[in-house]
Amino acid sequence: MVVMDDISFVEEAMKRLHSHKGVRATVVMNADGIPIRTNLDREEANQFAALASQLTGRARRAMKNLAAASVSEADDELQVIRVRSKKHEVVIMPDFDKGRDFCLIVVQDPSAHQPLFSERAAGT
Amino acid sequence: MEISHQYVKQRKDFGRHPRFRDEGAEMLADIRPNEEHAKNFVVRKTISTSIQVGQQMSEHEVNTNPVVLVNRGVLHTEGGWPKEIDCTEIEQVIRYRKKVEKDEHYIRAVVALCAGAEEVVKENNAIDIYEQYWEGDDAKYSTEAAAAHTLTQLLDPSPSRRGAQYLCWHPDGSRKVAVAYSVLEFQAEGAPSDSYVWDLGNPAQPDSVLSPTSPLVCLNFNLRDNKVLGAGQYNGQFAVFDTRQGSNAVDATPIVKSHRDPVYDFAWLQSKTGTEAMTASSDGRVLWWDTRRLGEPREELPLAERGVPSGALFGAVSLDYSPAAGPTKFLVGTEPGNVLLCNRKAKTPADRVGASYSGHHGPVYGLSRSPFYPKMFASCGDWTARVWNEDLRTPLITTAYHTAHLTAIRWSPTRPSVFFSAREDGVLDARDYYLNTQTAPALSTQVADCALTSLRVHEGGSLVAVGCRDGTTAVLQLSSSLVDLQPSEKAATLAMLERETAREKNLEKAQKEAKIRARKDAVAQEPAAAAAAGADAAADAAIGEGDNIQQLEKEFFESTM
Repeated sequence: MVVMDDISFVEEAMKRLHSHKGVRATVVMNADGIPIRTNLDREEANQFAALASQLTGRARRAMKNLAAASVSEADDELQVIRVRSKKHEVVIMPDFDKGRDFCLIVVQDPSAHQPLFSERAAGT
Repeated sequence: MEISHQYVKQRKDFGRHPRFRDEGAEMLADIRPNEEHAKNFVVRKTISTSIQVGQQMSEHEVNTNPVVLVNRGVLHTEGGWPKEIDCTEIEQVIRYRKKVEKDEHYIRAVVALCAGAEEVVKENNAIDIYEQYWEGDDAKYSTEAAAAHTLTQLLDPSPSRRGAQYLCWHPDGSRKVAVAYSVLEFQAEGAPSDSYVWDLGNPAQPDSVLSPTSPLVCLNFNLRDNKVLGAGQYNGQFAVFDTRQGSNAVDATPIVKSHRDPVYDFAWLQSKTGTEAMTASSDGRVLWWDTRRLGEPREELPLAERGVPSGALFGAVSLDYSPAAGPTKFLVGTEPGNVLLCNRKAKTPADRVGASYSGHHGPVYGLSRSPFYPKMFASCGDWTARVWNEDLRTPLITTAYHTAHLTAIRWSPTRPSVFFSAREDGVLDARDYYLNTQTAPALSTQVADCALTSLRVHEGGSLVAVGCRDGTTAVLQLSSSLVDLQPSEKAATLAMLERETAREKNLEKAQKEAKIRARKDAVAQEPAAAAAAGADAAADAAIGEGDNIQQLEKEFFESTM
C-alpha cells in the first residue's frame, strides 16, 4: 500500500470529488468544528461546520443507543448522513474510526445529474 | 410431678332427675308502673338512613394547569479553537490550518472520506432514488368518516368572562390566530378591553397583546403587511395595530366621524397599497377608510333598500368582501334578516345598494362567499343556514331548522361542497353536499357547553378555530375526508348548484305566469258576472257536479264491497 502522507493526495482527491456533476461545495472540518479546508466563504463554512457537528454528534449518539440494545451490533458506528432537501443533498461523512476525527461535508445539487430512469427509458 | 386424671361425665348421667308438676301461681315480684319514669319517656325520632347495594363510584376530572415550556438553545458558530489561537486573527487561523493540513492523520482521513463521499455523489448522479413513478393518477375517494378532534383550547387570560367574538388566522398560513374578546350585551361594562394574538405552538401564553381603548368586536390581519391588524371597536372606532410597535393602537378613527354603534364586521380591500378597509356597523352605515389618513371616512354608504324612500336604515351585523366576485362588490347581512348585495362603484349612487335577499327571520350573523363559485354565497341567521345564488331572490338550499340559533358560517377553502356552521348550543356542524346526504350534516360535534360565537377555517382547510361565549377558543383538526378535494367534486357540485338555480328560476317563472293568469281571469270574470246570464248555467253545472260525485261514490263502494 502506498503511504499517503503528502498534501498532494488530498489535493488530488478533492479535485476528483469536485469534478463530479452537481458538487457545489465541500467543507473539511476537524472534531472541534473548525473548518480546515473549504471552497465556501468563512461565514458559510462556519455555519455548515457548526450545524453539521451538532447533527453528527446527535446522530452518532442515537445510533449508539440503538446499537447498544443488541449485542451483535454493539460496535456499530455512524458512517454517513445524507440530508436531502428540495434543492440540495448534503452528504456528511464523519470519521470516528481510529480517532481520526475529521468530517467531510459535500453539498450536491442532485437535479444536475443524469436524466431520470424513466426519461432515459422514454428516450431510447 | 403433678399427676392429674380427668374424669368426664355428662350432667344428665348423674344426680337426681328433675320432676315437673302442676302448681298454682306464685307471686315473685310486683313492679308497679312508675309515673316519673313514664314522664321520661321520649318517642324515638324517625331517622332516615340510606342503604346502597351497589358499589359507590364517583368520577373526577382535573384540568391541570398548563405547563409553560420554554426552549433554549445555544449555537456555537465558531468551532472549538485551541485557547492560544485567536480565531478573529486571520493569520493565526491560516497558520493553524496549515499545521493541521500537514498532519498525517488529516491526509489519510480526508482521502478516505473523499473516496466515501465520491461513492455517494456517484450514486446520486447515477439514479434518482427519490424519483416519483406513476404520478398523478391515484384518484381515490375518501371513505373515512368525517371527524374532528380538538387540538388545543386557548383560554382568555382575563378573569372576566368575555366572548371570543371574532377570529382571524394569520394570512401567511402559519398557525397563529388573532381573537377579539368583547361582551356584546347591552351596557355590559367593566370588562377588560385587551385582545390577543395566539400561536398554536404555545397555547399557554398569548403571542402578542392588543390594548385598544374599547373592546374589540372584529379584527383582521392586513392582507399585504401581516404584522398589521385592523380592528373594529365596541364604541364604533376603527383602529389599526402594529405588532412590531407595542400593544397600543397605532392609529384610530376619530369618534365623531366613526360609527355610532359597535363595528360588527370589517374587511381589508384589495388595492395596490393594501391600506383601504371598509367597516360595517349596526348604525346602518358602511364606511370606507384609508389607514394612511384615518381623519375622516373616504366614503359612506347608508344601508337603505332601493326604492324605499322612507330612509330607514338596516343595521349591518356581518359583511363579506371577496375580490373574486368583483373588487367593488360586497355583501352585507342585516339585523332585519335580509342580505344586501352592494357595489361601491355603481353607475348611480342610488344603485350602490343592489339586490336584497330576504328569507331569514332574524339577524344574518354569518355570510360567506364560496371560494370556488363567486356567484354563490352562504348565510346563516335564525335557525337555518342558506345557500344563495346572486342572480336569484330565493335560496338554493335551506337547511332544516335547528333547535338553536346559528351564529357563524364559513366555506371550506379546499372543498367546494363543504361548509361549517356554529350553533348557539355549542355544536359545530359540517355539511358536505358531495360525500354526504344533503339533509343532515356530515359532522356535528359538541365543541363547548356554551354558545359558539365565531368560526374561521384555516386556509389549509384542516384547522377550524371556534370561539365560545365564555372566552375559550377551540382549535379543531378535521379528518382528511373534510379537507382533501375529491376527484370531480368541483364539477359535480357546480352541476348541483346550477340544477338548483334552474329549478328556482323555473319556479319563479311559473309563479309569475300564474299571477298574470290570475289577473287575466279576474279581468275576464268581471264582465261575465255583470252579464248574470250564466248564473243558471253555473247552477246546472253545480248540480251536474253533485250527480257526478254521487255516482263516483257509488262506484267506489261497489268496488270495495
